[in-house]
Amino acid sequence: MTVVERREVALVDLLDRLLAGGVVITGDITLRIADVDLVRIDLNALISSVNAQVPSPFEELL
Amino acid sequence: MTGLRYVYAVCRPFGTPLQSQLKGVAGDPPRGLTHHGLVAVVSHVPERDFAEEPLHRHLEDLDWLTETARAHQGVIDALTTVTTPLPLRLGTVFRDDSGVRTMLEAREEDFRRTLDRLEGRVEWGVKVYAESEPKKAAQPAQKAASGRDYLRQRRAQTRSHEEMWQKAESFSTHLHEQLSAFAEDARLHPPQNPALSKATGRNVLNAAYLVPRAHSEEFVELVDRTKGELPGMRIELTGPWAAYSFAGEAT
Repeated sequence: MTVVERREVALVDLLDRLLAGGVVITGDITLRIADVDLVRIDLNALISSVNAQVPSPFEELL
Repeated sequence: MTGLRYVYAVCRPFGTPLQSQLKGVAGDPPRGLTHHGLVAVVSHVPERDFAEEPLHRHLEDLDWLTETARAHQGVIDALTTVTTPLPLRLGTVFRDDSGVRTMLEAREEDFRRTLDRLEGRVEWGVKVYAESEPKKAAQPAQKAASGRDYLRQRRAQTRSHEEMWQKAESFSTHLHEQLSAFAEDARLHPPQNPALSKATGRNVLNAAYLVPRAHSEEFVELVDRTKGELPGMRIELTGPWAAYSFAGEAT
């Protein structure tokens, strides 16, 4: 693909896809990330703990 | 070799081998596990990091998550050069190869259907930011002479603020309609958290579009043409991605 320059993929764009996209396997499986929403919440908690001094103004949207 | 099995993607068999120096999420090179005419791309991961409990703990560690997400993406990226992979959610782990085979069998029909739908397609990400600074509006431009002046100023500010969001909203809606009409499918992601994206402005659209690889150039041109259409709006394009956002069942 040469239509756009390859830049390093931003982590946030990657996490949008890896934590909310992709096939979710359920059923006869031993381990998996159990719940999308749970991960989403974990991630937000994580971000706010890393950036405690920068509160998100958009919390109501997430 | 012992350990758990981390699965990145399911593909149709591909002739070209993966780059030999490619490393998976725990450093182990990914390989194909073929079963019933489908290939699961798998690498070995240690139980101490990828069993359910440590995995959940690690997911709260941004450095670990970053490293794992990048390694996962590296494998998917390598796969897109040889086939159209169906990516799995980050952190899909099985106890052993036979668990992977059982999963392939159980989901065989779904996988085939989705692989057909995605064949030759890529995903493009489009984000719109409203760049105006809402904080400015929160402070009166000049000291109000009276209570009535103050209220008048506040009303004017609220109005201009609202107008700006309305403009941003209708711009995004229009752009999304236009791009959706061109694309085969579209998904809306929640607006991004600025603490993580470090982006300026407010993210008003965060969308993904499924586009045939052959029409990608046209799609990129379509997005480029809308840049600068409305002052104060910033448009960002990312991709081409493997079709992460379209790996679920079609809506």
